[in-house]
Amino acid sequence: MAVGLSHYLAVAAILFTIGVFGIFINRKNVIIILMSVELLLLAVNINLVAFSSFLGDLVGQIFAMLVLTVAAAEASIGLAILVVFYRNRGSIAVEDVNVMKG
Amino acid sequence: MEGLAITLALPEITLAVGAMVLLMVGVFGGERSVSLVTSLSVLLLAIAALMVVFAQTNGLAFNDAFVVDPFARLLKFVTIVGSAVAIVMAGGFARRMGFERFEFPILIVIATLGMMMMISANDLIALYLGLELQSLSLYVIAAINRDSLRSTEAGLKYFVLGALSSGMLLYGASLIYGFSGHTSFAGIAGALEAAGGDVPLGLTFGLVFLIAGLAFKVSAVPFHMWTPDVYEGAPTPVTAFFAAAPKVAAMALFVRAIIEPFSAVTPDWQQVLVFISILSMVLGAFAAIGQRNIKRLMAYSSIGHMGFALVGLAAGTEAGVQGVVVYLIIYMATNLGAFACILAMRRGDGMVEDINELSGLARTNPVLAFVLAMLLFSLAGIPPLAGFFGKFYVFLAAIEVGLYGLAVIGVLASVVGAYYYLRIVKIMYFDKPSEAMSRVPAELGVVVGVSGAFVVLFVIIAGPINSAADLAARSFF
Repeated sequence: MAVGLSHYLAVAAILFTIGVFGIFINRKNVIIILMSVELLLLAVNINLVAFSSFLGDLVGQIFAMLVLTVAAAEASIGLAILVVFYRNRGSIAVEDVNVMKG
Repeated sequence: MEGLAITLALPEITLAVGAMVLLMVGVFGGERSVSLVTSLSVLLLAIAALMVVFAQTNGLAFNDAFVVDPFARLLKFVTIVGSAVAIVMAGGFARRMGFERFEFPILIVIATLGMMMMISANDLIALYLGLELQSLSLYVIAAINRDSLRSTEAGLKYFVLGALSSGMLLYGASLIYGFSGHTSFAGIAGALEAAGGDVPLGLTFGLVFLIAGLAFKVSAVPFHMWTPDVYEGAPTPVTAFFAAAPKVAAMALFVRAIIEPFSAVTPDWQQVLVFISILSMVLGAFAAIGQRNIKRLMAYSSIGHMGFALVGLAAGTEAGVQGVVVYLIIYMATNLGAFACILAMRRGDGMVEDINELSGLARTNPVLAFVLAMLLFSLAGIPPLAGFFGKFYVFLAAIEVGLYGLAVIGVLASVVGAYYYLRIVKIMYFDKPSEAMSRVPAELGVVVGVSGAFVVLFVIIAGPINSAADLAARSFF
């Protein structure tokens, strides 16, 4: 069985779904949320690269490189905010992010 | 050609270089340089605003990823003004609360740069990069008071949900790219034109994800969960900033990213936008009723207002876009004034955030009470104040394209919304006076005055604003 575009898209869709559920269902640790965010962006990258190769168009790969760069910046800012939150709260459990009820 | 591209992006380049220079000034000057960096940031934004106003060239740059048209110029000017006013309002507050840092104005300048790139984005890649530059700065700004639990929690919540929304937007962008073969808005529009009525399912999917991501950034229901918490937790000047410029820029991006590439599939996105808009207006009206904290109340109010602005976008016509532009200008002016009033509500060393603390303000500080009442009447949409005209134009546009249900629900929601604005007015004018507030600082007084004058005298200046908005809307049609 040849691996076609739809297989790549299916993998990306599964990864994306895992990422979304990792953010919503996870009740333990904010670090896991950060990992789920990375998973979302990686799913998008698989999509972009698969489309790029399928269409024979380089723009998708350029887009993927830029997404990687932004993902790195996003992770570093997320961790920085998490560190200042930990200093104030003394915990990074998701259930402790509850000073304001919303 | 190369020279032209640079000239078009000159305001953005100025802000980028200027922000880096200011960062150097801040790093080498240490904490002593805060007031210097703050005033230089305002100056830098003023220079960028002048450049936006006086550069009369329109056109495309950077492989068509960057567009300058009347729409971009008008909204960039509005955003820059919003950011500059937010920096001015923040000055005294940060000093009193002990988190005065030179990074704060610089981050606002960088966020403004991101917003300008969003407004000028003409390509999915440019859209994403502008949006992330803005969002990443905003996450840090929300947590700027790093010794406060509430501020850091607001930053953390904003970051997690913002990152999720960026992921959704990006997933949508990847699907749109894959099924149309283009990332540029013109290319997508061309691909949709060529497909005729037979739009691939993947593209519709991508469009829905893109709308979800953008709806998040303008805090429209059902992607509004972060707004009340972030508004309440972030320091008040930060909330004032969040409520003004980023909302305007995100809405402008929303308009451009929907109208330009997807005008061939209007029915597809129209029903989604009608749905989002109705939910936002209704939730904004009902959820605010029970709020005691004025910042939380303003959060629900801004959700509702974004719903009203989306009414104009849902119409998808030139009149609709014009209505959105006018609405955004009025929304920003009114909100900056309202937040200046909230910042002015101080008693001794603490901020007053509970609305019941406002009781009898009309007797202890009649001027502030009068202006705040005018601003609240305008937010409620009572004629002849500015807010009424904003609502009038978007509803008119919706009725012209036959969206009667949307317009009727919108008017009903604004009636319900009037209840909680009027309740604040009632508390200020008819309840027993409590202890007097501290004196209003000069910079807040100026913002309150200008905003109040704008709201009351809008009838007189409506002409020029309308024609500017009309010119802006015509860049799409």
